Amino acid sequence: MTTSERNNEAVRRLYAISESIYDQLEQGKIPKMVLPLRTKANIRFDKKSNVWKYGSQKGARSAKKVQGAMMLLRTSYMLELIRDMINNNRSSTLREAYYISEGWGKAKFHSQDESNMLAEDLEIVTQCLREDFKLRPEEDGARVIGDLNIVETDRKGKRKALNCRDDVGDSGYGIPYNVEKEKVELVSTSAKFVIAIETGGMFDRLVENGFDESEDAILVHLKGQPARSTRRFIKRLNDEMNLPVVVFTDGDPWSFRIYASVAYGAIKTAHLSEYLATPSAEFIGITASDIEAYDLPTDKLTDMDVRALNAELKDPRFNTGYWRTEIETMLKLGKKAEQQALAKYGLDYVTSTYLPEKLSHLGIMRK
Amino acid sequence: MNGRYVNGRQSVYEYLRQTAIVNPHARITFIDPDGKRHFFDRATDVLPPRTKEIKPHPDGIELGTLMNMAKATKERSLVKFLQNDFNRVSERVAREICSASMLPETTRPSQMTLESCKKLLDGIGQVKIMAPQVDCLSPIGGNLIRKGLKHVLDDVKPEFYAPPVTRDPKVHSGNPFLVEVGIVYGGGLPRDQTVQIYRFANRVPLLYQQGACVITKAIENTDWRRYGLEQRGGSGIPFGPAIILVHVASTKIPFTSEAKEAISSIPQIQEEIELALKACGRHLKTHLNKREQKNKTRAKFEIVQEIIPLMAEKTAGILGKPVPDLRGTITKIMDVVWIDSSVTFEKGRHKVDVTIYNYTPKQQRFSIHTIVPNGCLDEKRCSLAPSEVKDGEKVSWELPRITSTEIYKLSYELSGLDAEAYQDVDLYVSGINPVYVMGADPLPGDWDVEGLNYTESEAAEPEPDPEEAEEEPDYDESGEDLNDDQ
Repeated sequence: MTTSERNNEAVRRLYAISESIYDQLEQGKIPKMVLPLRTKANIRFDKKSNVWKYGSQKGARSAKKVQGAMMLLRTSYMLELIRDMINNNRSSTLREAYYISEGWGKAKFHSQDESNMLAEDLEIVTQCLREDFKLRPEEDGARVIGDLNIVETDRKGKRKALNCRDDVGDSGYGIPYNVEKEKVELVSTSAKFVIAIETGGMFDRLVENGFDESEDAILVHLKGQPARSTRRFIKRLNDEMNLPVVVFTDGDPWSFRIYASVAYGAIKTAHLSEYLATPSAEFIGITASDIEAYDLPTDKLTDMDVRALNAELKDPRFNTGYWRTEIETMLKLGKKAEQQALAKYGLDYVTSTYLPEKLSHLGIMRK
Repeated sequence: MNGRYVNGRQSVYEYLRQTAIVNPHARITFIDPDGKRHFFDRATDVLPPRTKEIKPHPDGIELGTLMNMAKATKERSLVKFLQNDFNRVSERVAREICSASMLPETTRPSQMTLESCKKLLDGIGQVKIMAPQVDCLSPIGGNLIRKGLKHVLDDVKPEFYAPPVTRDPKVHSGNPFLVEVGIVYGGGLPRDQTVQIYRFANRVPLLYQQGACVITKAIENTDWRRYGLEQRGGSGIPFGPAIILVHVASTKIPFTSEAKEAISSIPQIQEEIELALKACGRHLKTHLNKREQKNKTRAKFEIVQEIIPLMAEKTAGILGKPVPDLRGTITKIMDVVWIDSSVTFEKGRHKVDVTIYNYTPKQQRFSIHTIVPNGCLDEKRCSLAPSEVKDGEKVSWELPRITSTEIYKLSYELSGLDAEAYQDVDLYVSGINPVYVMGADPLPGDWDVEGLNYTESEAAEPEPDPEEAEEEPDYDESGEDLNDDQ
């Protein structure tokens, strides 16, 4: 389907939602919209695609509750906004959509979470992507450095070939919000693997130490919990360039979730897991056992950290021997460590010792 | 002598402010060191009655005190000593004590040994003696506690003043005492902090040594979660937008030290405080329950009054169809008769507006009842003539037929009352299944109005909508954080 066909299909499906609300009102029913429950209890492993997707449990946004009624009302406003943008060939950021709602009177969004949530709900119900609705995220600014040749079609429609190491500055190639083929073409690479890094500090450390050149790696900065485009970009590198992916994060409960959303699919976007997740991605650390094995400087787990770990024990994505051991070890230690704690042994330690040890263990690097 | 003038919780200003609360008959002017003038006007012109001097009450009297009294008495026999030197001991009670102590009534008090004094003490414990009279103490009284609090806390605009509780006098170590408790809730009071505790001993604020005081212990010992305040693990000082006022009045307050900063933990006193706190806490809980019910109804009201009509208009506009009739949807969402009331006070008159929304799919016809302060109802100023006024206070109206989704308004006026005397309207209904009514209770059985009593035959529970029974869980109630990040 071409972009404009996809847009028209999206509008058609949104109309169907408004129609259903209207019909329910006309029949004297309480309007509702049924969609899969977006909870960790309702994600299932899909054997075909090796990622986690929503299961069969359904929930209703019903007009019986204020929150549900407001969301149903906003759906119609959203439909109008999307239809007008498509007709006028415009698009807006999610944040702009939130501000546009200022003019919706009673229906206006009270926080951007509400508008983002509705955009995701609409994706699920219509099985379209938010790009089809002409909605795009804020520029995220996640970066890539490594020997990767791409062709990007810029905003003026000009095709630009560039190398993600030689044609960019030290801050790397910025991943655009749209990384589909029509925007970014992956051409060739000499790299042997992709290393996705949680923090900017560690990303810059590997850049300064020349890890991309010395080990033939593509470095991707995740910037905390990675944006959709970053995850999609990693998946395409894995699919199209046949590069193995490793994930290198802090050693805390939140980092485990960062890995999970790269490899298994995030709970919030489980309807897109097939499109965003890289099932073969490997977690290299910082693991709970690293904290002891490398005798790293640590912080105490906060109450929130402990709660997060306990929640992970109930998360089906972490229901494997490996993760149970990791989570339980961390709970037992009561400690967490940052990636940059490796600097205890000097600035080069991470690239000369830690990563080679970890990567050779996975058979990715030989040392 | 040198001193530093401080502000805050332990300051001259705070002391005077709290003094003004429990002494609503006083007018206090305070000029602080910056020359700023603070003025606490009196909230009442009635002076508290002068307290009466009494003799010690025998309950819980200490052995030493008893021995000293026995030595010093002018009486020559034990029975007379008990009868004349103690409070609430009649001749009959004195005799009972003597026989319970196994001491002859003729025992000479001045010659009593330590051993016989112990026996006497034991005997006192076995005989039921009347509680001391109140007039030796100076309780503030429920009305004045409320007035005093209102007067001083006006600027924080609390949402609720729980009706204060004044306990009957009790005795500790032969000294009568009584406990009063008031709770103020909501409004501008801080929500995320521990409650403020106002402690008073004989109308004097206690600002220091909060932790050492029996009042604090009693508060910590009470499970406030049952009364709608937050409290970790059900003990300790609770959290929430509240002030708890505790006044202990006694002929002798057992302070922990000469500084008179805190009251010691006498079990009898602590027990009384806890009982008073619980009684007052129940008032608070009732209020919070009512409020929650109201909020729930208001939310539904917002849905049917605003959101659903907007939804209909918007979808109709998009689809180019006529705006549908919403009665079916609205009555399905609400399915209640909603009764709301408001009171306005102007020129010495209370005007009460009662609005009745029939949000059921059927027409409704029923009666509504209320209780007003005796003789205050101005029958000429009722929008609908009452069908009955009983004992000058029980008022009933037979309402006309109200069709589905119709709104009916009823109003009445009261005259000759203080503004504070009538604030909450208690409404009752009859002739309708109370399950379908929000904002009014079923008519109580003791109302005694003939023919109006609600009959059981109509009392069938509303049938569950078959469509609803198999419904999906509400989407917004999963309560789970979808975000994987912090």
